[in-house]
Amino acid sequence: MQRRTMLKSAAAGAVLAGIATVAAAQDDVPKVGFIYVGPVGDLGWSYQHDQGRQQLQEHFGDEIETVYIENVPEGPDAERVLTQLALQGADLIFATSFGFMEATNNVAQQFPDVKFEHATGYMTSDNLSVYGSRFYEGRAVEGLIAGELTESNIIGYIGSYPIPEVIRGINSSFLHAQKVNPDVEMRIVWAYSWFDPAAEAEAAQALIDAGADVVLQHTDSTAPQAAAQAAGDVYTFGQASDMSDYAPMPRVTSIIDEWGDYYIERTQALIDGTWETSDTWGGIDSGMVGIGEMTDAIPQDVRDEAQDLIDRIASGEYHPFTGPINKADGTQWLAEGEVATDEQLLSMDFYVEGIEAAIPD
Amino acid sequence: MSGIDPVILLAQLMVVATPILLAAIGELVVERAGVLNLGVEGMMITGAVCGFAVGVATGSPLLGFAGAALGGALVSMIFGLLTQVLLSNQVATGLALTLFGLGLSALIGQGYVGLRGPVVPDLYLPLLRDIPVLGPMLFRHDAVVYLGLGLVVAVWWLLTRTRAGLILRAVGENHDAAHALGYHVVRVRLMAIAFGGACAGLGGAYLSLARVPQWTEGMTAGAGWIALAIVVFASWRPGRLVIGAYLFGGITVLQLNLQAAGVRVPVEYLQMSPYLATILVLVLLRAGRAPGSLGKTFHAAQ
Repeated sequence: MQRRTMLKSAAAGAVLAGIATVAAAQDDVPKVGFIYVGPVGDLGWSYQHDQGRQQLQEHFGDEIETVYIENVPEGPDAERVLTQLALQGADLIFATSFGFMEATNNVAQQFPDVKFEHATGYMTSDNLSVYGSRFYEGRAVEGLIAGELTESNIIGYIGSYPIPEVIRGINSSFLHAQKVNPDVEMRIVWAYSWFDPAAEAEAAQALIDAGADVVLQHTDSTAPQAAAQAAGDVYTFGQASDMSDYAPMPRVTSIIDEWGDYYIERTQALIDGTWETSDTWGGIDSGMVGIGEMTDAIPQDVRDEAQDLIDRIASGEYHPFTGPINKADGTQWLAEGEVATDEQLLSMDFYVEGIEAAIPD
Repeated sequence: MSGIDPVILLAQLMVVATPILLAAIGELVVERAGVLNLGVEGMMITGAVCGFAVGVATGSPLLGFAGAALGGALVSMIFGLLTQVLLSNQVATGLALTLFGLGLSALIGQGYVGLRGPVVPDLYLPLLRDIPVLGPMLFRHDAVVYLGLGLVVAVWWLLTRTRAGLILRAVGENHDAAHALGYHVVRVRLMAIAFGGACAGLGGAYLSLARVPQWTEGMTAGAGWIALAIVVFASWRPGRLVIGAYLFGGITVLQLNLQAAGVRVPVEYLQMSPYLATILVLVLLRAGRAPGSLGKTFHAAQ
């Protein structure tokens, strides 16, 4: 929506003007910049990246300076904002949304002396790294709990955009729900936004009306949690941040994105002069994917079962995408005992067998 | 088509349509007075943030909605002052008001992101709520849903059955004639604009206090523009306004429900269906005539 974009650019411009004065005051310490797609107060994705930034600042104290710009629209505006950050002397810049990929890549080429890191993307170059989390590991745990908790056997899923990242989460949760509950069905509603509370609330309501008593979300606001709470007997999971305001019901556990350690590690590399292009994809074992506290709303035996799954994934004993797995059209994807490669996971563009829906183009 | 319950669908429709209905009934009065205010979106979002802020501060949804109406009315008075007293162009000023409202609300709302507002309770209507089918469909909503419908009836009554409504319509049809008869054109229009602002503010607050409920930048996401379109579709008549708002709300809910029910229709078609249906009906049903002086600048000396 163009009006919103215009507005956000204006806001971003104002923020940048504010940053400029701070930068002039202390130019000798390394400067680390962040751009966020949503407001830091979304209590989800962007909030959690900012928590990581705060940990970074706390760890290094006066030795570094951090700046952030929130509500940066994906597309040309992101390029402008990244350029501004680079011009104002940022040495390392984290671009924290999939949709910043093209912009980050372009700006990285223009500023070869600045290091860039792009979250959840796949384009790398001499000064551009990518990093992401194996959220599908957390989704497996959610799927298991959802399969056990549901009484209607209908699990709702609010998708953002039909990209591999989101489809992977849908497949992972469905596979693990199906393992403990063969009758389970998955209903998917696309919000076409990462962050639109009104659309998310309406999507959650539609799923609940369709009989879903467990709702998973791959969008960033707490609006679906509020909708589930109002509906009563509906379970949800915190997304990106703990969303513990909604515990013990409807939020029964959560996937927490833990970026702080990664940001500290990469900034240390920058200071030491050892920063190199890297491709990091951390899971439960590395601590990048955290699982929030499971509340009493989940029966003890299910909590034990979920904890066992977490432990087995963390130890590397079990991979959530282990064959036999068929695609929705019935063709074989993974043979018995075969484990999906990272390339297969990163390009996933199909539902697994059992999900009765079509992926939008 | 399993899993779509028409009773729930209709109940949801009333809720989803309410913000649009509130904003549209306000704009209808404004346009019947001969003023075209394109700032509905800006007034709505201002109402959304004012309502949420007051609601959080006082813990009372009632005061929240009152604050939203006041906020919407105040910001509409900027438009009123510019177009009625300083005689600026209404289209340009209205668009500016939308941009201003979006920016102002983002500024006011900075401290309110992620907070939780007061709960808006459903109105408890004994007996009525227990009627089979109709009970859950019509009589288990919060008070604002009924306020929206009540306002439509009140506006209809005011416009068609009272002297005040006659004056308002006269001002809108031919402001020179109304002026010659001794009516105070600017005063009538300012009152209409303030009413329109208050209604848009209520509509916005319904999103931030009841529907979502939380504050987010740009959360009205175009609802104000839909309200403007529905006023035209309704041929400036309150009865048709309800049909338009419920049609749009209904198809919005239906497309989400179809997705949730797993109907294999491409999501893109479902997503555009509310807009398509509203435009289609707008084209087919449009029979009314716009108020004669709509959008024209009035100056007593000319």
